[in-house]
Amino acid sequence: MDLFYATSFVLSIISASTPLLLAASGELITEKSGVLNLGVEGMMLIGAIAGFATAHDTGSALLGVLAAAGAGIIISLIFAVLTQTFLANQIAAGLALTIFGHGFAALLGAGYVGIAAPTLPKLAFPLLSKIPFFGPVLFDQNILIYFSFAILIAISWFLRKTHAGLILRAVGDNHDAAHAMGYSVLKIRYGAIAFGGAMAGIAGAYLSLYYSPLWSQDLASGRGWIALALVVFSAWRPYWLLAGAYLFGGITYLSLYMQGLGVPIPSPLISALPYFGTIIVLVLISRDRRRTRLNQPACLGKSFHAVV
Amino acid sequence: MFRLEPRGERSAFWTYGSPVLAVALTILTMGIIFAMMGAPPVTAIETFLISPITSVAGLSALAVRAAPLIMIGVGLAFCYRANVWNIGGDGQFTLGAIAGGGLALFFPNEAFWWFYPLVLVTGILGGMAWAAIVAELKLRFNANEILTSLMLVYIAQLVLVWLVTGPWRDPHGFGFPQSAMFSAEATTPMIISGTSIHLGCLLAPLLAIALWQVMARSVLGFQLRVVGQAPRAARYAGFSNTRLTWIALLVSGGLSGLAGIIEVTGPVGQLTTSITPGYGFTAVIVAFLGRLHPLGVIFAGLLLALSYLGGDAAQINLNLPNAITGIFQGVLLFYLLGADILILYRLKRVRPAAPVMKAS
Repeated sequence: MDLFYATSFVLSIISASTPLLLAASGELITEKSGVLNLGVEGMMLIGAIAGFATAHDTGSALLGVLAAAGAGIIISLIFAVLTQTFLANQIAAGLALTIFGHGFAALLGAGYVGIAAPTLPKLAFPLLSKIPFFGPVLFDQNILIYFSFAILIAISWFLRKTHAGLILRAVGDNHDAAHAMGYSVLKIRYGAIAFGGAMAGIAGAYLSLYYSPLWSQDLASGRGWIALALVVFSAWRPYWLLAGAYLFGGITYLSLYMQGLGVPIPSPLISALPYFGTIIVLVLISRDRRRTRLNQPACLGKSFHAVV
Repeated sequence: MFRLEPRGERSAFWTYGSPVLAVALTILTMGIIFAMMGAPPVTAIETFLISPITSVAGLSALAVRAAPLIMIGVGLAFCYRANVWNIGGDGQFTLGAIAGGGLALFFPNEAFWWFYPLVLVTGILGGMAWAAIVAELKLRFNANEILTSLMLVYIAQLVLVWLVTGPWRDPHGFGFPQSAMFSAEATTPMIISGTSIHLGCLLAPLLAIALWQVMARSVLGFQLRVVGQAPRAARYAGFSNTRLTWIALLVSGGLSGLAGIIEVTGPVGQLTTSITPGYGFTAVIVAFLGRLHPLGVIFAGLLLALSYLGGDAAQINLNLPNAITGIFQGVLLFYLLGADILILYRLKRVRPAAPVMKAS
């Protein structure tokens, strides 16, 4: 029986952590290129409704995920045009994305409230999935959970070992130098923003097609913002992102678990735990100003306009 | 092809022209969205933007909706001028409502003339306290104010839910998640009989004008602008960034808190789980659309208040979801941010070299 509880405990944490990890991985790449996109929450919501509507209408959850990624890219390109081509303030443009995303998801989702869509397929490895504990945890998960790990490893490899990753980091740390070397700062940033949009969209699809069985308007409930905080927490390092996402998945699960257990703390206050935790973590990580300045992409949030 | 060319100075024309252009483009886009949703565009826009304000009742509803937006927006404009990105207006609004509303609930029989002002002051202090957390975390621990103020929005909302479903729930409320109604002594007074226009509708523009005077004429206002536009110059001049950050957050938190307590003691009448339709976030758009200027904020507040009324009108008359309000607000901010490029840059037409020869 203990093994049963341990298995369900770990499974719950994985399932609560994955959307954070997916969205934060995308934002990490965007920020590494020197762009701060605060619209993660909005892109997630748009991905969630695009994925849900597509999966519901076509009957295919996989098509839903693709549609979510596509919708995330399209909406993130609005942000890219505003901040990169029209040099708008990135903070304001990100907020606009979030406000628009809330409205857009509510508008399209109005007809879907309380309806279920096909859920994401599981990928069970033969034999391996039958091993106690490790089987269900490692070898019998839905495809986006595998994807979240694969993409994280790929991102880490991309940033550290590839030439393209080096250029991306150069653009984020010194766009003038990168421009002088002949790289197109604009194109690279457009690409990084679109990747962030796709990942946020997929994170949204995970929520609407797996995590929450029915469509509801406030599906993201601040997860996009927590993902943003996680990028700061990780100090822009991929594997720390993983640690952060699982820490928060753990806190989310803990708050659900405590409510189920009937702990004598009112349940709304327990629900506040992840948000409270985010503040604590931000405080702990930001205290060391020098470390933050050392790790943060030097051009984060700054506009770039090539004169020639 | 077009190319952006720096003007070298701010264009006075486009500083005020860009919001007008943005509103025009937004209305055009809304027409297209309405058409895509199967509603006749011209009628739909008329329903959304004009029909809500064709009656006295409509105009007073507009004033009631605009009051909190202007109060929060003018505080945010003040804050953003100092480069402090408080986006937690909704949380400070909620805490103001909780603090002031709590006082009103604990003393339901007070009949002194000063009780209502005391409730308002408590609301202001509640909003300030919530913003003070953000200031302290930013200054002492370097924690990003965007994220902390936003997390505090969620926490404030959950605290409110706890209070109205638990300790403060109305025992005679049939189990609904709401507090008892506030007493007559703790209710926002009406200022024009026969309408829903209350004290807040008068206070909001007055506060905006007061803050405009502070920003335009006082040393504090000058320091604020310098810190926002040229942080280095401000440091050389010896302006205290710490002090200004505190003032910016306390002013915007206090104004949001005031908006919150006026809203619950006025139009809402009690504490419930949904006291704000996202006023704190809409006020961000209000601040930008108003050019971070208190007088601009008044106009912007009225326009965005109209978008709430328009959403309701579109729902009732055209059977469209009232989420159209959020779309309007988001699209408006998109266009505004895009159009703002014209303030610092001009569009220059770049012609291919060859065809120029044929000029006659």
